[in-house]
Amino acid sequence: MSIKQISVFLENKPGSLYAMTGVLAQNKIDMRAFSLAETSDFGIARIIVDDVYKTTTVLKDAGFINNITTVLGVAIPDVPGGLSEVLRVLTDAQVNVEYMYAFLGGKDTEHAYMIFRVADNAAATAALAKQGIKVVEQEEIDKL
Amino acid sequence: MEKYYQPEIECASREQIKAWQDERLVKQVRHVWENVPYYRKKMEEKGLTPDDIRSSDDLHKLPFITKADLREAYPYGLVAKPLKECVRIQSTSGTTGKRVVAFYTQHDIDLWEDCCARAIMAAGGTDEDVCQVSYGYGLFTGGPGLNGGSHKVGCLTIPTSSGNTERQIMFIQDLNATILCCTPSYAAYIGETMKEMGLTPDQIPLKAGIFGAEAWSEEMRQDIQNTLGIKAYDIYGLTELSGPGVSFECSAQTGMHVNEDHFIAEIIDPDTGEVLPEGSKGELVFTSITKEAFPLLRYRTRDICMLTREKCSCGRTHVKMCKPMGRSDDMLIIRGVNVFPSQIETVLLNHGYPANYQIIVDRVKSTDTLDVQVEMTPEMFTDNMGEIAKRQKELVDGLRSMLGLAAKVTLVAPKSIVRSEGKAVRVIDKRKI
Repeated sequence: MSIKQISVFLENKPGSLYAMTGVLAQNKIDMRAFSLAETSDFGIARIIVDDVYKTTTVLKDAGFINNITTVLGVAIPDVPGGLSEVLRVLTDAQVNVEYMYAFLGGKDTEHAYMIFRVADNAAATAALAKQGIKVVEQEEIDKL
Repeated sequence: MEKYYQPEIECASREQIKAWQDERLVKQVRHVWENVPYYRKKMEEKGLTPDDIRSSDDLHKLPFITKADLREAYPYGLVAKPLKECVRIQSTSGTTGKRVVAFYTQHDIDLWEDCCARAIMAAGGTDEDVCQVSYGYGLFTGGPGLNGGSHKVGCLTIPTSSGNTERQIMFIQDLNATILCCTPSYAAYIGETMKEMGLTPDQIPLKAGIFGAEAWSEEMRQDIQNTLGIKAYDIYGLTELSGPGVSFECSAQTGMHVNEDHFIAEIIDPDTGEVLPEGSKGELVFTSITKEAFPLLRYRTRDICMLTREKCSCGRTHVKMCKPMGRSDDMLIIRGVNVFPSQIETVLLNHGYPANYQIIVDRVKSTDTLDVQVEMTPEMFTDNMGEIAKRQKELVDGLRSMLGLAAKVTLVAPKSIVRSEGKAVRVIDKRKI
């Protein structure tokens, strides 16, 4: 169930993001989703990739601190109100969303894919399933 | 016309000063021998009794006392008077969180305030002046010392303490303050703020400032003098010895006269402890010969300095010391607060951070800044920004309570702090002092 996100610690200074993407490029890693959170002195790059094990290994070898978090990939019908409906379901289930960002799509033009970092993955998945909203599995991300 | 608070002392002959020092040192040595077992033991270890000290010429025989001794004897081990005769403590931060606590009898406070009064009059102060004391009041000696000195001179004293710059400026303007006492960096900050408000030097009533508790350059003096339209005088002191007023600048502005009737100054080689001849550069050592409650014999200040007895144009005869030129230990003075890198290391380790850190000190807009850079570790890292920010804030709070100073904490990438092969470069001091 669900997707593994890799978070990478970056200093907030010129070149540090480039250094990280350079490592990924050299190792031919394909990023499928990406978001950046930052303060004035550091940032966290959150990425979804095709090969989690390889990515964490090459990043670690290059000196980047990183860790893995389980997040939800949600297929949202690409119509007005699509995201709002997903959030309503999560709200009704009392699941707090810590952060979210968009997937880099996409072959599937009927859906927008988004990554949700929630407090309770199981509760969120169950609530979404009940409303027929699809949660993406790790193995599926290549196809998106 | 040079003004003196105690002309008969400040302009006494060298013979007279030596006679005072001889008599007071002999008495002081006996006082500590009889009342401070810690000192007696140190003297006995060197095979000394009070009979070996017959004049100030014998001073070099006495053992040194250091900050480590103060820490070991904390809190009462060096107190030479019954506590019921003590009326005050003052304190400064020290290594590993242990503070230096100095004790005063009423007589000690009187003499300390005399020293500060001498400094104020040397800066041209009289009972006609309005003296604003913008040093911190409380455990820090700056506020209480200058406050007492200002009273002794008879100035109208404004005890604003530090901070709240808007209010400082309001009092300077509304009450026509003529003398300002604070740290040089705060004086520069007040000056810049007044300049931004559109005030020109001739619209500022101040005529003199007495600035100390941190190192400042001749360039900074010129800047402060120009923006505020004043003469800026340096003052030196240590809580261990009393506080500000151990030495002070006169109209010549070429060094600080040590109040030699209360303190004997020596310059030693910091490595060998050997006394160096006048004019040599070395570590400054003080002996307090009139303190009752907390007398220190041959206290190593760790300040690197030079002494001169060349005749001074102001008429004072007491020896002059230059501005301290550095330290013989790793202590930093940041916004007037003593900071040891080891204190910062203790806080980092207590908060689960690695001992790979770097301390960056700078001076931005005349205010010292302290940036502690620590490397992020895999154990501490999470995808949750709030969690990391919370830990960062806990560290900032921990540093504040240890140092009594606001520090910035910057998390940096692992291995980004250069590992040195020998002694780690912990401190980068970018201030141009």
